[in-house]
Amino acid sequence: MKTIAVNIVTPDGPVYDSEVSMVIAVTATGEMGILPGHIPTVAPLGIGAVRLKKENSTELVAVNGGFLEIRPEKVTILAQSAERATDIDLSRAQESAKRAEALLQANKDEIDFKRAELALKRAMNRINVYEGNI
Amino acid sequence: MASLRDIKNRITSTKKTSQITKAMQMVSASKLSRAEVNAKAFVPYMHKIQDVVASIAAGSSDTSNPMMIARPVKKTAYLVITSDRGLVGGYNSNVLRTVMSKIRERHTSNDDFVILSVGRKGKEFFAKQGMTILESAIALPDHPTFADIKEITRKAVGMFSDGTYDEVYMYYNHFVSAIQQEVTEKKVLPLTDIQPTGSTASYEFDPSAEAILEVLLPQYAESLIFGAVLDGKASEHAASMTAMKSATDNASDLINGLTLQYNRARQAAITQEITEIVGGASALE
Repeated sequence: MKTIAVNIVTPDGPVYDSEVSMVIAVTATGEMGILPGHIPTVAPLGIGAVRLKKENSTELVAVNGGFLEIRPEKVTILAQSAERATDIDLSRAQESAKRAEALLQANKDEIDFKRAELALKRAMNRINVYEGNI
Repeated sequence: MASLRDIKNRITSTKKTSQITKAMQMVSASKLSRAEVNAKAFVPYMHKIQDVVASIAAGSSDTSNPMMIARPVKKTAYLVITSDRGLVGGYNSNVLRTVMSKIRERHTSNDDFVILSVGRKGKEFFAKQGMTILESAIALPDHPTFADIKEITRKAVGMFSDGTYDEVYMYYNHFVSAIQQEVTEKKVLPLTDIQPTGSTASYEFDPSAEAILEVLLPQYAESLIFGAVLDGKASEHAASMTAMKSATDNASDLINGLTLQYNRARQAAITQEITEIVGGASALE
């Protein structure tokens, strides 16, 4: 089976580096599936899970923003933060989800509202990836 | 001449001090090696982002993104990276001196520029000078992660975008080696000097090159700052290590001198005692 190299890099160091058969990522315009031999592409990523399909398993990585660079034999994801499902601190994610929810309900300020919304999104993404229900 | 006991006390206290500086030197040495590892972990990210930015910038001829266009400068921001504590030799004073001389050279009034400070020392210094500190990040951990400095990088880039200031310079100690650090000035924004690298793969852009630049450029500018913070931290630990090493060396020099003095005084005391005994004995004869 043909495979494609995947590299997930954050400012704090590489997070993931392996060969997979398919990458599915959430870009700004929608979900995108990448198979080996894809045309060179650059696309911004949203807050979401990147699905890395291997022959008979799927791994999830929670990615927060950043972008995706595709070459025919290699996919590089540059994100400000990224965590594999096994590295996610669930209680921390739940805590920040709660905090963000409280902020959303209390705050009427537009900027703070947006920030809390993003924080909630990130936290929910982490929780979903941890639980594997994508 | 100081009494025997006084000298002895000084020797003991100097010894204790040197034990402390020695320990601090070793702590800094281990922190330095960690900091170097962190700085290395950041390199692949930086390279990649540079690559992509350069190839997009080279590919799309119209650079209409506001972050890439130099505009008339009404206000300048200086982002200064210092440490939170002292005992780091010339680490802070070197940076602050460079910044001050640049500011004096470029500006006549305190209203023409603002300061963004990473590190308590810089913040205190500029506050004392009566300059405007727009943002500061203090009490950073010894090995900062991107999340730790995200707040200030986001604000630094955001305030450029909303026109609070029109250019951003960054000052930090660049880590050359464990014994050498170099004050470096870097222009962060606007991003006018993006050099195309060797690999100019032509990409498809989804949805468009402009939309990607909008996401990419802030991320790029933020990572420039993060890189400088990591570099600065490595320099900080190196400077602290060197400072503590020379403190330990000075202490041992001091102890040597004092020991000599102590022995002389001891000998003088013995000689005097013998002379007294001999004098007393001969008086009895």
